[in-house]
Amino acid sequence: MELNDLYRDVILDHNRKPRNFGVLEPADAAAEGFNPMCGDRLTLRLKLDDDRISDIRFEGQGCAISTASASLMTEAVKGRTRGEALRLFDRVHQLLTDDAAPAAEELGKLAALSGVREYPARVKCASLCWHTLASALKSADPKSLPAVSTE
Amino acid sequence: MNNIALANRSSEFDVSAVRRQFPVLARMVRGQPLAYLDNGASSQRPNAVIAAVDDYERHHHANIHRGVHTLSQEATALYESARDRLTEFVNARSRNEIIFVRGTTEAINLVAQSYARPLLKAHDEILITHLEHHANIVPWQMVCEQTGAKLVVAPIDSRGEVHVDAVLELMGPRTRLFACAHVSNALGTVLPVRRLIAAAKARGIVTLIDGAQAVPHMHIDVQELDCDFYAFSGHKMFGPTGVGVLYGREQLLERMPPWQGGGEMILSVTFAKTTYNGLPNKFEAGTPNISGGVGLGAAVDFLRGMDRNAAHAHETALLAHATRVLSKIPQLHIVGTASDKASLVSFTVDNVHPHDLGTILDEDGIAIRTGHHCAMPVMDFFKLPATARASFAFYNTFEEIDRLAAGIERARKLFA
Repeated sequence: MELNDLYRDVILDHNRKPRNFGVLEPADAAAEGFNPMCGDRLTLRLKLDDDRISDIRFEGQGCAISTASASLMTEAVKGRTRGEALRLFDRVHQLLTDDAAPAAEELGKLAALSGVREYPARVKCASLCWHTLASALKSADPKSLPAVSTE
Repeated sequence: MNNIALANRSSEFDVSAVRRQFPVLARMVRGQPLAYLDNGASSQRPNAVIAAVDDYERHHHANIHRGVHTLSQEATALYESARDRLTEFVNARSRNEIIFVRGTTEAINLVAQSYARPLLKAHDEILITHLEHHANIVPWQMVCEQTGAKLVVAPIDSRGEVHVDAVLELMGPRTRLFACAHVSNALGTVLPVRRLIAAAKARGIVTLIDGAQAVPHMHIDVQELDCDFYAFSGHKMFGPTGVGVLYGREQLLERMPPWQGGGEMILSVTFAKTTYNGLPNKFEAGTPNISGGVGLGAAVDFLRGMDRNAAHAHETALLAHATRVLSKIPQLHIVGTASDKASLVSFTVDNVHPHDLGTILDEDGIAIRTGHHCAMPVMDFFKLPATARASFAFYNTFEEIDRLAAGIERARKLFA
């Protein structure tokens, strides 16, 4: 059934055991994301080696889709440049919203999120972490956390 | 014990016959019969309401109160007869006390801006409780910002109950207004409003009751309650969206300035001076939601045409059944366990986020609400980001609650 397409094993696994979960101190950039509709909150901190994301961690609380998406995202962007990470955001956004989007190989495990597009109310859950990442990458000073909202 | 008695009593209530009057209840969702358990957010409409709106739109629509032609007179008569029916429905003294608004939110904003704002001075106080919906918090915060008054919040306990003594302690010489829910939308708690209103009145404090969650479940008599204002929404009492009622004591409404300016609310306009219309039109600027008003009148007829005591007994039995069935589910925690509750259960399940639960139940055709229920302070009190909420109406069944429980078990297995 469709539900298994949404809650794939990869999603359930990353929800149960989120990767790169916790605080990263000191961080070079950070941002907070908030989804007022469901109360999901996450804080994202990352280290930059020049233009490259050398380390990234998140913490917060959210539904399985939002937790798994954040966990998968941290794995996917670690080691990438800012530009590469933002391009990946575009591809993920396409994956979540565009039925015609081909499953791009570069997405790797992130492709597991494709089931979300059948559930329009849940797209925000999956994209919150990516909006937060984009915000963090734009902020240089980790002490002034820019707040991001999906509303 | 009690449950059997309740179940027997509720068997006098013919749920199947009632369900047949709500066409949407016969539909399938994702291949399953719809189990609509989100009545706290919005209830469904019976044929009578749908037909009244349809008939109005097909045969009688024109602008009201201004045309001399037949359609305008018919539309005016239909709209104003809805006001008469609402006057009787809540037992107001006069139709002048029934102001049509968009809903509870607009009703409270009207009182905040038209009653409270001109009256409040710096350091005056507005008293509310910790379990209010945002609609009964934010309008007061706004008027506090405008006037320098202070918002004071009465506490709740771990069961989600409001204690009269705790509220009385906070009713002081600077308290100008006391506003509270009749029934909590997030927890289902029925507040001891009679005692609270009496206490406020004894101290000369004006009272507003947010009745959005109460009107669908119980008979409301504003004279017996003795409140100054009572606000409710059409769409939660089986009527249309975009229409609701502010009941206000006539002497207070008379003294209040209009809240919006425009047509309908005036007697005469020149550039030098405008004379306002009398009640209730003074507060109804612009062309209103006429078909919504007509539909709300039909919803009142529908409710008055049913045995509301039997309906209430059935809802009480539904709540008892839901509480019993859900309590048996391991790792499920009911949030809000007041001794007097409307037919609503808010809960969390360990390892299953409410939002995921909502999606999983939807796959079974079951509609519940998940989130903070526009009552973030309540969620903060219980240190929860969100809960799942099943809220019942008299058309719900024991079987639907059993399906809810089975769906929750499925979700638990998925996330185990």
